[in-house]
Amino acid sequence: MKHSSFFWFVLPSALLMLAFIAFPIVSVVTQSLYQEHEQVIIEVENCGPFGCTTAESVDQEATAALREAQPLGQFAGLDIYKDRNHLAFAEVGEAWTSSVSMRDFAGSLMNLPFYDAIAFTLTYTAVVTPLTIIFGFLIAIGVNAVARAMRGPTIFLSLLPMIVTPIVGALVLFWMVDARGVLGAALQWASGDPDLSVKASTPLMWIMLMVYGTWSSAPFAFIVYYAGLQTVNTDTLEAAMIDGATRWQRIRYVVIPHLVPLTTFIALIQLMDNFRVFEPIISFSAQAHARSLSFAIFNDLGGETRLLSSAAATSVLTIIGVAILLSPVLVRTWRDFGKER
Amino acid sequence: MSKATRLSPTTKIVAYGFLSLWLVMAAFPFVWTLWGSFKVEGDFFSKADWANSLFGTLTMSETGGSFTGDGYYGAWVQEEFWRAALNTLIVCVCVVTISLTCGTLGGYALSRSTYRYAFWFLLFALMFRAMPPLTLVSGYLLPFFEWNLWGHLSTTIIVLVAINQPFTLWMLHAFFKNIPKDLDESAMVDGCTRFQAFRHVIIPVMWPGVITTGLFSFLLAYNDFAVTTMLLSKENQTMVPKLVSFLGTTQTKGNVMFAVAAVVSITAPLFVMIIFFQKQIVSGLTAGAVKG
Repeated sequence: MKHSSFFWFVLPSALLMLAFIAFPIVSVVTQSLYQEHEQVIIEVENCGPFGCTTAESVDQEATAALREAQPLGQFAGLDIYKDRNHLAFAEVGEAWTSSVSMRDFAGSLMNLPFYDAIAFTLTYTAVVTPLTIIFGFLIAIGVNAVARAMRGPTIFLSLLPMIVTPIVGALVLFWMVDARGVLGAALQWASGDPDLSVKASTPLMWIMLMVYGTWSSAPFAFIVYYAGLQTVNTDTLEAAMIDGATRWQRIRYVVIPHLVPLTTFIALIQLMDNFRVFEPIISFSAQAHARSLSFAIFNDLGGETRLLSSAAATSVLTIIGVAILLSPVLVRTWRDFGKER
Repeated sequence: MSKATRLSPTTKIVAYGFLSLWLVMAAFPFVWTLWGSFKVEGDFFSKADWANSLFGTLTMSETGGSFTGDGYYGAWVQEEFWRAALNTLIVCVCVVTISLTCGTLGGYALSRSTYRYAFWFLLFALMFRAMPPLTLVSGYLLPFFEWNLWGHLSTTIIVLVAINQPFTLWMLHAFFKNIPKDLDESAMVDGCTRFQAFRHVIIPVMWPGVITTGLFSFLLAYNDFAVTTMLLSKENQTMVPKLVSFLGTTQTKGNVMFAVAAVVSITAPLFVMIIFFQKQIVSGLTAGAVKG
């Protein structure tokens, strides 16, 4: 294809992505280096019958004018990154010198919002991704084993948790596990503790969020694996069988190697999606127990005062996290693609 | 069925057992919520006895029947959920149309170019695909406030299209790769320009891929919460942010039964979509994967 026609064909897409993905990244980086203007304080002297007092008050007009003139705020360098809500160098240093054990140190880290968010996000990603892959693989093997007539309905029902809006799917689960819902009642009965409530317990909340994560993404892994299983070479399978391979050995040495490239694909998509975990935290109203990086940004942006700079700094740190997470995959794709050309 | 794939009875029982368990896990929550949406809150969340939600004891005493449409009435009429539904419809139709228009052009070019920059373009798109939407949203807010773009449906539509573009491009690129090059090249030998070849030769055969990609664009727009909740003003809200507003915050009291009705209302169109487009969804999920 000629350069010029390629250019015109990709122009609309390229412009859209430049304006709404590349430019916001630049804008976020810039914003994170500025901080909000402080309010302009003026001293007002009040003279009454009992003498004069000076009081400080906020000059609303001047503050508004200043904010109008420089909407970005004042230049702050890396200060926002260093404050307590982000990398918190001072607090981490103090915790390091004052804590007696690693456990103690980890405990103090978890009290800092950014480290708490990153701990949850990474744990979520590290737990849900492999569980999704394993669970999806098992369902695929299962569907492949049952009668053909059952496959259509199975695929239909399995698609539900994945296709449904994340907020909705998480709500539906959350209402059932609520202390007054059917699963919540079952949990209380099983544990023998009538006051057991997922809402009140941090470990239970983390577990429920991860259960939701696996529940909603396992269908994706299942569909991809199921399609892969249809293309396994039956001749190889039969040859392996004639050579005396058991069913397990056939899965281990013929089927699984065939599915390895698919696993890379699923893992890539799942890493990206799990790292941005956000919606279930809203649905579960889990903010008291679990906060992810995306949730931290959302929290800064919402509400009365929009903390744009704080959100921007968290965003930049998140983007760096995504880059680190994806680097092995990107290097690999780059090599594979390089070979093809 | 070949001999190699025949199973022993025990394996069969294990397979059927595991699958039934999974199917219950996948479908039961939705059935339960659908049933519960026709009850009053005291039954849906029953402190006394979970079986109340099955038989609707309180619903019976409060409304006189064992089913009630109060949740739906409250959400759709009283709280004007229909407005949100209309907004969602507008957003989805526009996002799908614009995404596909830009995506088919771009995806086609990417599949036909043999130069190195086409690959770099795709790699960048992949990196963009990995950006959590909220990190981008925090970059939009200030410029949108400054330029008075915040709150409008049209802004949100363009943003959703852009966030959707990397995925659309990858998917359509994979589909176009499967359409033989000879087709458009022979048209060009006969004197067509590149665009005429695309217009008269490729467009008539591209629909299966485009429909599948369109379904996923639709899902992205329909299911989005992060972008729509941050960029839309209250009167322009789509269904998902509206549903979340029913849940209430610490400051405002929500109405849970309205939320339950809204959940069912949001799920219903998706359910219908899976019924009609199951094949396309499955083929779309596997398109990128199976070919490597």
